[in-house]
Amino acid sequence: MGLAEVTQQEVKFSDKLTARIAELKSHFPEDRKKSALLTVLHEVQDEHDNWLSVPVMDKVAEVLGIRPIEVYEVVTFYTMYNQKPVAKYMFEFCRTSCCVLRGAEDMIEYTLNKLGLHEEGEITPDGLFSVKGVECLGACGYAPMLQLGDYYHEFLTPEKMDKLIDDCKAGRVEFLSDKILKQSAV
Amino acid sequence: MGKKILLEHVDVPGIQGYEVYRQKGGYRSVEKALKMAPNDIVEEVKKSGLRGRGGAGFPTGMKWSFIDKKSGRPRHLVCNADESEPGTFKDRFLMEKIPHLLVEGMITSSIALEANLSFIYIRGEYMWVFRILERAIKEAYAAGWLGKNIQGSGYDLDLHVTCGAGAYICGEETALIESLEGKRGNPRIKPPFPAVVGLYGNPTVVNNVETIMDIPWIINNGGDEFAKIGIGKSTGTKLISVSGNVKKTGVYEIELGVPVEEFVMSDEYCGGMQTDHPLKACVPGGSSVPILPAELLFKTAKGEDRLMTYESMSDGGFATGSMIGSGGFIVYDDRACIVRNTWNFSRFYHHESCGQCSPCREGTGWLEKVTWRLEHGYGSMEDIDLLWDIQRKIEGNTICPLGDAAAWPVAAAIRHFRHEFEYHVRFPEKIKDRKHFEHEPWEKVKHLLQKEAVAV
Ligand SMILES: Cc1cc2nc3c(=O)[nH]c(=O)nc-3n(C[C@H](O)[C@H](O)[C@H](O)COP(=O)(O)O)c2cc1C
Ligand code: SF4
Ligand code: FES
Repeated sequence: MGLAEVTQQEVKFSDKLTARIAELKSHFPEDRKKSALLTVLHEVQDEHDNWLSVPVMDKVAEVLGIRPIEVYEVVTFYTMYNQKPVAKYMFEFCRTSCCVLRGAEDMIEYTLNKLGLHEEGEITPDGLFSVKGVECLGACGYAPMLQLGDYYHEFLTPEKMDKLIDDCKAGRVEFLSDKILKQSAV
Repeated sequence: MGKKILLEHVDVPGIQGYEVYRQKGGYRSVEKALKMAPNDIVEEVKKSGLRGRGGAGFPTGMKWSFIDKKSGRPRHLVCNADESEPGTFKDRFLMEKIPHLLVEGMITSSIALEANLSFIYIRGEYMWVFRILERAIKEAYAAGWLGKNIQGSGYDLDLHVTCGAGAYICGEETALIESLEGKRGNPRIKPPFPAVVGLYGNPTVVNNVETIMDIPWIINNGGDEFAKIGIGKSTGTKLISVSGNVKKTGVYEIELGVPVEEFVMSDEYCGGMQTDHPLKACVPGGSSVPILPAELLFKTAKGEDRLMTYESMSDGGFATGSMIGSGGFIVYDDRACIVRNTWNFSRFYHHESCGQCSPCREGTGWLEKVTWRLEHGYGSMEDIDLLWDIQRKIEGNTICPLGDAAAWPVAAAIRHFRHEFEYHVRFPEKIKDRKHFEHEPWEKVKHLLQKEAVAV
C-alpha cells in the first residue's frame, strides 16, 4: 500500500487493540493519560503493518485525548516508530563496536549479498526483506545479532542466517510469539 | 566462588514465576519493610554503602534521603531499565532471569520512599522482557503484594511497566521522566533535581535495575552485612557484562575487589582471551568511559594490581585510569582498530544526541565526521588536534552528561593511541581494508612510523 492511498483511509482499531489501549491508559493518573503514548504506539504499529501513517497517528491522538502534534513529535523522535511502509521482515543488525568485534560487519554484508540488496534500507522486490544497521541492542556479549519483530537472534552464523531467511520465506517465523512467556511458569 | 546476591537463584527451574520465587524466600523483604519505619529502611541502605549501579555510582541511601517528603506531594520511584550504553546488557539478563526480584525491590524501595505510584521504564527493544515484567507484576497483584492495603498494612502501591522506543538519551534520568510523560526525550536542566521536581512535577527517585534488585538482600540481611562484601567504599557485588574478544562473553556477578587480571584470565569469569591474539585494550565500564591500553588494565600506573572497584578502576584519573561505570566490560585484542572503534562510538553519540544544545548536537557530528575521515584514509595530522579540540569544547558545556560521554572516549583514544591515528594519516593505503589490523596487527606495523620519521 502506498503512502497516498493510506492517507485516504479511515482508521479503525480492532477490539483487542482498543481493550489493550484502555488497559495501558489505566496505569496512569486521570490527567496524565499521555504517559501511555509510547507503549500505545508500539501496539498500534504492530497492528498496522509495522508503520504509522498520519491517519493512524491522528487516531492515537484521539483515543488518548491529546493533540495530533503531540503524537507526531514523539513518533519523529524515537527510532522504533516507522513513518513509511517497511519490509515484512526487517533485519535490524546491531552495528556498534562490541558486535563489530565479533563479526557484525561481516554478517551485515553476508545478508545484503544473500538477499541481493545493495544497501541498507532497500527493500527486496517481493517486499519481504530489508536490512538495517542499528545501535547497541543490549546483546553485546551474544554477537553478531539482529532484532526481528519483538525478538533477538543472537550468535549469528551464515548457516543460522540462511535458515532464518528460509523460515521467513516459509512464514515460519513468529513475530509476536509468546515463546518466552510460555517458558515462564504461571 | 564469589558470593552471589543477585544471581543466587537464577538457575532454579521456574524462578521466573511467582510460586517458585516465593518458595525461595521471595517477597520476605516486603514483609519486613512493612513493619519498619520508612526512614529506617533508608538508614539501612545508607549503612550498606550501596552505590547506584546505573553508571555514576552515587550512594543510593543518600539519594533516597534527598527526596522531598515535606511538601506532601505524591512521590514516585522510577526504575531505569533503559539500558542502552554500548557494552551493557546486565539489566536485561536480570529481568529475563528473575523478574520478581525487580518487582520485590520496587515494592520495598517504594515503601522506604513512601511512594504510592511507581514505574519501571524499559527500552522498547526489550519487548519480550516488557512482557515478562508485565506478567510478574500481574502475579504480584494477584498475590496481594501490590494494590490497596498491601498485606493488611494500610499501605497502597501501584506499580506498572512502560516502555521507550529506541533512544539512548532516555537513560538519562530527566530525559527518562520526560519520555515517561509521553514526550520527546529531552533532558531537563538541573536543578531542580528529580528528588524535588520529577515525574508529573512530583518528588521522584530514579534508580537502575541492579540497584533496585540489591535492596531486598540488604533489607533481609542488614546493611552491615552488605558492607562487609567488597573493599572500602566499593561494597557488595556488581554485575559485569562482558563482550568482545574473550573466551566467555556474558554476564558475571563479582564481589567488588576482584583483581582485573583474575577477572579476565580465570575460568571462573572470562576464561582468558578468545584466541591467541593478545590483549590490546579494554573499555571497562560501557562505551562512555575512557579506554585503557593493555598495560594499564591489570596494573595501575603506580604498578599496583588494578581491582574491580570504583576507586581502583579510576586510579590515575583520566590520565591513566578509567571508570567502572555501568559494568559494560569490552575487551579488544590486537585485531581491533582503535581509530575504527572511536569512529564507531562517535557515530553512536551523534546518532543519540537529542539535539537540544549546540556543543553536543554539532560537536558529536564533527567528531563523527573527523573520525570517519581518519579511519577511511582521508585524514590529516591537523585532524587529530582538531578532534582533541572539539572534544574539549563539548565536555562540561552541555545540559546533560551525554556530551561528556561522547567526548571522553575520543580523548582517551588520542591520549593512549595517538600513534595509531598518525599511522592512519600517513599510510592510507595500508588501512583501506577495514580489517587492516586483522591482517597486520599494530605491533607488526608500528615500526613504520619511526622509520619514516627518521627518513624525513
Ligand atoms: C546519556 C545517559 C544515558 C544513561 N543511561 C542509563 C541507563 O540506560 N540505565 C541507567 O540505569 N542509568 C543510565 N544513566 C544514568 C541515569 O541518569 C541515572 O544516573 C541512573 O539511572 C541513576 O540510577 P542509580 O543511582 O541506581 O545508578 C544514563 C545517563 C546518561 C547521561
Ligand atoms: S548534551 Fe546532548 S543529549 Fe544532552 S541535552 Fe544536550 S544535546 Fe541533548
Ligand atoms: S554493541 Fe551490539 S548489542 Fe551492544
